[in-house]
Amino acid sequence: MIGFLARRVALTIPVLLGVATLVFSLIHLIPGDPAQAMLGESASPQDVVELRARLGLDRPLIEQYGRFLRGALRGDLGQSLRTNQPVTAAILERMPATIELAAAAMTVAVALAIPLGIAGAVWRGTAIDHAATTLSLLGISIPNFWLGPLLAIVFSIELGWLPVSGRGTWAHLVLPAISLGAALAAILARMTRATLLEELREQYVIAARARGASRARAVLRHAFRNSLIPVITLIGLQFGAVLTGAVITETIFAWPGIGRLLIQSIGFRDYPLVQGCILLIAVTYVGMNLVTDLLYGLVDPRIRYE
Amino acid sequence: MTRVGATIVLIAVLAALVGPRIARFDPAAQELAKRLDGPSATHWFGLDELGRDIFARVLAGARISLLVGIVVVSISTIVGTLLGSIAGYFGGLVDEAISRVIDVLLAFPGLLLAIALVAVLGPSLTNVVLALSLIGWVGYARLVRAQVLRAREFEFVQAARALGATTPRILARHIIPTALPAVTVQATLGMGGAILAEAALSFLGLGVQPPTPSWGTMLDGGRTHLLDAPHLTIFPGLAIALLVLGFNFLGDGLRDALDPVTGRRP
Repeated sequence: MIGFLARRVALTIPVLLGVATLVFSLIHLIPGDPAQAMLGESASPQDVVELRARLGLDRPLIEQYGRFLRGALRGDLGQSLRTNQPVTAAILERMPATIELAAAAMTVAVALAIPLGIAGAVWRGTAIDHAATTLSLLGISIPNFWLGPLLAIVFSIELGWLPVSGRGTWAHLVLPAISLGAALAAILARMTRATLLEELREQYVIAARARGASRARAVLRHAFRNSLIPVITLIGLQFGAVLTGAVITETIFAWPGIGRLLIQSIGFRDYPLVQGCILLIAVTYVGMNLVTDLLYGLVDPRIRYE
Repeated sequence: MTRVGATIVLIAVLAALVGPRIARFDPAAQELAKRLDGPSATHWFGLDELGRDIFARVLAGARISLLVGIVVVSISTIVGTLLGSIAGYFGGLVDEAISRVIDVLLAFPGLLLAIALVAVLGPSLTNVVLALSLIGWVGYARLVRAQVLRAREFEFVQAARALGATTPRILARHIIPTALPAVTVQATLGMGGAILAEAALSFLGLGVQPPTPSWGTMLDGGRTHLLDAPHLTIFPGLAIALLVLGFNFLGDGLRDALDPVTGRRP
């Protein structure tokens, strides 16, 4: 088991290095002079030279790269060009809001998906299954940047039940969480249905029924429990989609998280902050994938010996 | 469901091809006096904040969406199939190098890398296509690599090799065709994904720029008028959802038809 853990962690290191390299390269992909692009066309040559020196862009590329990596390891990602606040501090300030939204969205997704997936599998081929499948496909196809405004039109503007934007109370969380969690719910429901269908064909389910277990018990206590492993893995793997979706959801509902910070920074051409947000989201995603992988190995011994 | 999907896609293609010619209004023509007017017999989907006919703009937006979908999926499929088959067939260092690049690109969730690339390259249709293609090929490469790893051990491939067939010929004539059904399914679902991604980028102000009618840009314009003119939001969003649903239905249907296991299930 320790060998498996060490192998998986070791495999993550080059990926993280690649991620950091790509994020570092972003600033050098800016067409023309990055410092000029950040300050705009009207900036004086003196300001451009100063910014270039401040960001270290006048140093050799390899030195810039070394500085970036050392800084990233220490959690020092430079300063915001607009507010002069350290990038790490600006991101940490917004992080609780994004974690709150992501957790709520995932809770909504699981609460919707599991009953839908079970219903689809148990009543396979019936109207209930078709309805569940269509709902899932709708969930995947409806973009959250449309679902969000639609929910706001109905529940905030027409019915006046929930606030249309901002953060503060539980009521503020409802619409963003549903808007962000709907697509994940759809994917999870499809996965739950598919894996449960596989399990329901297994001999042990038939054996449980033969021993007198009720249909509900055979499904929920036997088949469903075994179908949970791939579903839980998918939840972990979909965390990244939730983080990216949060960029859009936070923009729609003026939710003060990292996603909104990223889009605002792009608007202000605050590239150190853009790099910081991208790096943090990608590293969190890699971390979540690693944890999912390790948990999967813990639960299923076959994975460890691959 | 496959038929429903195919019908939706066909309607969208027709709308993109002949829509702007049969539409009663120019998508750029403004009637400022009637701005934000709701749907009526004259303007089926109403008018936007600049008094432009939303129906005409939705039809014109279909062109952008399908164009982005086709170009992104074509580039991604070709590059992904090529690199995936090279990695799978040759193995060793080449496979290691390509696989590590794939690992790094997959470390960025979904749209994030596209957002980052467009943020630095600047918002435009070309940069959206470039960014989505740069991340799009990865899925195809992984899929094809796995198929090729399996296929290169097939007896007919070994027979072709024994008969003296060249590597490009073995790849093109014998190995890549075995991956084509899976690639076709992925490409169909990828069309929906690319259309959704373009709309998302345009919605965030990072994609197609106004006044070009793109569904994402139209949705972005509607955000400030949710209270007084919800039709600005409803119709472009409905168009995106329907077209993506169409490609998802079609992709699902193709997968069931081409998969020897699920294809036989009742």
